Amino acid sequence: MLLAVQNLCVSIGSVQPLDQISFGVDKGEILGLVGESGSGKSLTALAITGLLPLIGGRVSAGEILFDGTDLTRLPEAGLRALRGRRIAFITQNPMTALDPVQRIGDQIDIVARLHLGLSKPKARARTIDILTQLRIPEARAICDAYPHQLSGGMKQRIVIAMALAGEPDLIVADEPTTALDVTVQAQIIEILSGLVRERGLALILITHDMGVVAQVCDRVVVLYAGRVAETREVNALFRTPAHPYSRALIDCIPREGMAAGALTGIPGAVPSVATYPSGCRYHPRCANVGAGCRDQAPVLAQGVACFHPLQGA
Amino acid sequence: MLVNLTALSKKFDTPVGFLKPARSMMAVRGVSLSISKGSFVGVVGESGCGKSTLARLVLRLIEPTSGTVTYDGTDLTALKPGPMRAMRRRMQMVFQDPYSSLDPRYTLADVLTEPYVVQGVKLPAGRVAELLAQVGLSTDTAQSYPHQLSGGQRQRVGIARALALAPEFLVLDEPTASLDVSIQAQIISLLQTLRADLGLTYLFISHDLGLVRYFCDRIVVMYLGSVVEDMPDPQASPRHPYTAGLMASTFAPDPAKRKDIALMSGEIPSPYNLPPGCAFAGRCPRATAQCRAENPTLTTDPKGHAVACFNPI
Repeated sequence: MLLAVQNLCVSIGSVQPLDQISFGVDKGEILGLVGESGSGKSLTALAITGLLPLIGGRVSAGEILFDGTDLTRLPEAGLRALRGRRIAFITQNPMTALDPVQRIGDQIDIVARLHLGLSKPKARARTIDILTQLRIPEARAICDAYPHQLSGGMKQRIVIAMALAGEPDLIVADEPTTALDVTVQAQIIEILSGLVRERGLALILITHDMGVVAQVCDRVVVLYAGRVAETREVNALFRTPAHPYSRALIDCIPREGMAAGALTGIPGAVPSVATYPSGCRYHPRCANVGAGCRDQAPVLAQGVACFHPLQGA
Repeated sequence: MLVNLTALSKKFDTPVGFLKPARSMMAVRGVSLSISKGSFVGVVGESGCGKSTLARLVLRLIEPTSGTVTYDGTDLTALKPGPMRAMRRRMQMVFQDPYSSLDPRYTLADVLTEPYVVQGVKLPAGRVAELLAQVGLSTDTAQSYPHQLSGGQRQRVGIARALALAPEFLVLDEPTASLDVSIQAQIISLLQTLRADLGLTYLFISHDLGLVRYFCDRIVVMYLGSVVEDMPDPQASPRHPYTAGLMASTFAPDPAKRKDIALMSGEIPSPYNLPPGCAFAGRCPRATAQCRAENPTLTTDPKGHAVACFNPI
């Protein structure tokens, strides 16, 4: 495993929004991290990239092993050497991820100059090379442009180029296509999955869209209210989801030939960290709730944390 | 026909700015559309295709540059302010962003009472509670403020406000675009129930063809201000290459149905500087010399399926 997250707990002040998260991702693999807003997807991304202090959070227990090194014990200087170099982070909103007063080329060059120690001309040549690989037309001209001159899809490709500039082994992409049009989303997803297959990168793709997961992911971790509900290989998850929450999330996307009225959504909403219910945190919204669900938290066994898992659909 | 749009166009002028010449763009270009009573029409397209401008034109929230909107036989564009205001009781809008479309200082009761105040109609006793119940909110929430609600609950309030004066026609401008998929499905399900119970007619603006195909009875596809395809059967195979491209960009929640993403090359041209001929020609895999020179018109086949393309599929 390139990255192994083991029993990760994250605290912010006196609350603990993430509880015992475990999963791993290997080179050449796309891991989908799914769940509704408030499930803890972005917090997990911040924990892996060592950015929790930015929001006043900290890892309170567990390990994040990256190539054998525990990131939670690494001092800030060590993290800084990894971040942008071996671990790249693509944020949700490309509009805010770029510096509005710096030219595109300079923003990408700096990554290679800082992390790979390249000279200015060498870094620029590399930047143009990467932009061309991302099928950005007129790469040289784009380098002289400012972010506001580009479309949203183009900006997201620039952010991906910045991520690639440090030759990372792992990319963490937090909802990289949520702010984009569907045709552009398809392009970005295609580019990301191409990178994984061609360069043998590991990709953690955070999304709330089961359609995107089905399209590109190899394995999936379903998060709910800060805990892992289910983790499985993608075909098995979609064919026979075991956790009622996984089933419900899949049923939120209209399918070909779906009967009218079959799209009902999931009743209620994700609880906030201050109002996490007792027992299984999904039980107030669960269609399959039964004995034990209200009192005890189910533990993850054979990839599912549920007292009453669904039998093969 | 309840609503008839005839050759509706809207031009926006950008005034002369600091070092910038005056420019103008056609946001909506000659759209003709008839909406029959009780129908559920979906308008689909990417950002910048003019779908939100069209929504505003239909309700005369903005004035058209040319063309007319008739509602139940009355030409709205010719109505004086008084009769127009009276007409507004019959047609309402639900906005995209439930965070910015509700006044943060109004309680839900205030929000739902305001339409009556504006129209000078007496608020029937128990109406607020009735509206809250209709959209699936507890009547205890009447004295709550928007910030106390989740995104899905806020959008329910937006729908309740639109329903307050018992209109017959609702324009829904991407009402679920800023919500989680699970909440999106809840809202769609609510809209279907309301339509059946109250006999409403909907014009639903969306960027998500996969979603709209599931519940609309008719789909209108827009590209750069014009209608490129009008499908009376949402399940029909698309004939316009752009619609086909949109379809290929929506992912099914099934890993067995992964798509080979045929990347739609090129970017949407600037609406300030439209190329001659078909606006889609630059991105179209089927484009010929004719497409780059002449503008195709919408032609309807015997089944009522209309497409504006020289080389339809």
